[in-house]
Amino acid sequence: MISSDHLDATFAALADPTRRAILARLASGDASVNELAEPFSMSQPAISKHLKVLERAGLISHSRDAQRRPRRLEPKPLAEATEWLEKYRRIWAANFQRLDALLDQMKFDELKTKEKKSARLKTRGDCR
Amino acid sequence: MINAETFTVTTPSDREIVVTRVFNAPRKLVFDAWTNPKYLPHWMLGPDGWSMPVCEIDLRPGGSWHIVWRHSNGQEMEMRGSYREVQPPERVVSSESWGPEWPETLNTVVFSERAGKTTATITLLYPSKDARDAALKTGMKQGMSQSYDRLEAYLESLGS
Repeated sequence: MISSDHLDATFAALADPTRRAILARLASGDASVNELAEPFSMSQPAISKHLKVLERAGLISHSRDAQRRPRRLEPKPLAEATEWLEKYRRIWAANFQRLDALLDQMKFDELKTKEKKSARLKTRGDCR
Repeated sequence: MINAETFTVTTPSDREIVVTRVFNAPRKLVFDAWTNPKYLPHWMLGPDGWSMPVCEIDLRPGGSWHIVWRHSNGQEMEMRGSYREVQPPERVVSSESWGPEWPETLNTVVFSERAGKTTATITLLYPSKDARDAALKTGMKQGMSQSYDRLEAYLESLGS
């Protein structure tokens, strides 16, 4: 089971835009430190620091033996961090779609009631 | 659906969850749909397969509410609470509890109207960070998905 410390580390690692960009890059495939540093105007040591934070949070890993030591995205901690929010989101999304339809019906009913009322008033006026 | 894009779920502090959504209707109607037992069972049903056979609402400060959901497979869920503030058509504050083993939340719903459209803002406040995390863990037991689609959507939402 996931501890909340674990989740705190995940959320702290995600709080930085450079680290999010690194994760987004790794989502499309493994990459070496040099390849990851390329799009950023940052030194390799600066990128390495970010990679360490991501690694400590378990969000990425690297293979030891390969010379390039490519970094790989570890999807599990992210899935854990997003799962509970997604659960809320799915439930409310389904609710709100039904509420949209209900509100349309309520607006229609209100309009019909108003029309009936004004028709009644008009009839009364005619009788006078 | 245009309004699906106006839908957000955020965690502004470690005790809160905030949901916002825009509706194409004046807030008088949205408030009614949200608080009247005549309307609530039509939409507050969660995932497919659930109905709401019990919906009791005593809409006044101190009044209580009680909702039972039933799945087509026979499973039931029950929720109850009481109203703290009732200000039609703009604001309702109520407590919510799923049972003794669950943390009670304080829910605030605010409706604001602009140009015929209504924004609903729902704030769920947990008594502590631990309580929210407990709810969080229970939620996660229900199934873990590792889809990259979701990952990308989440990264985008963090980036925006």
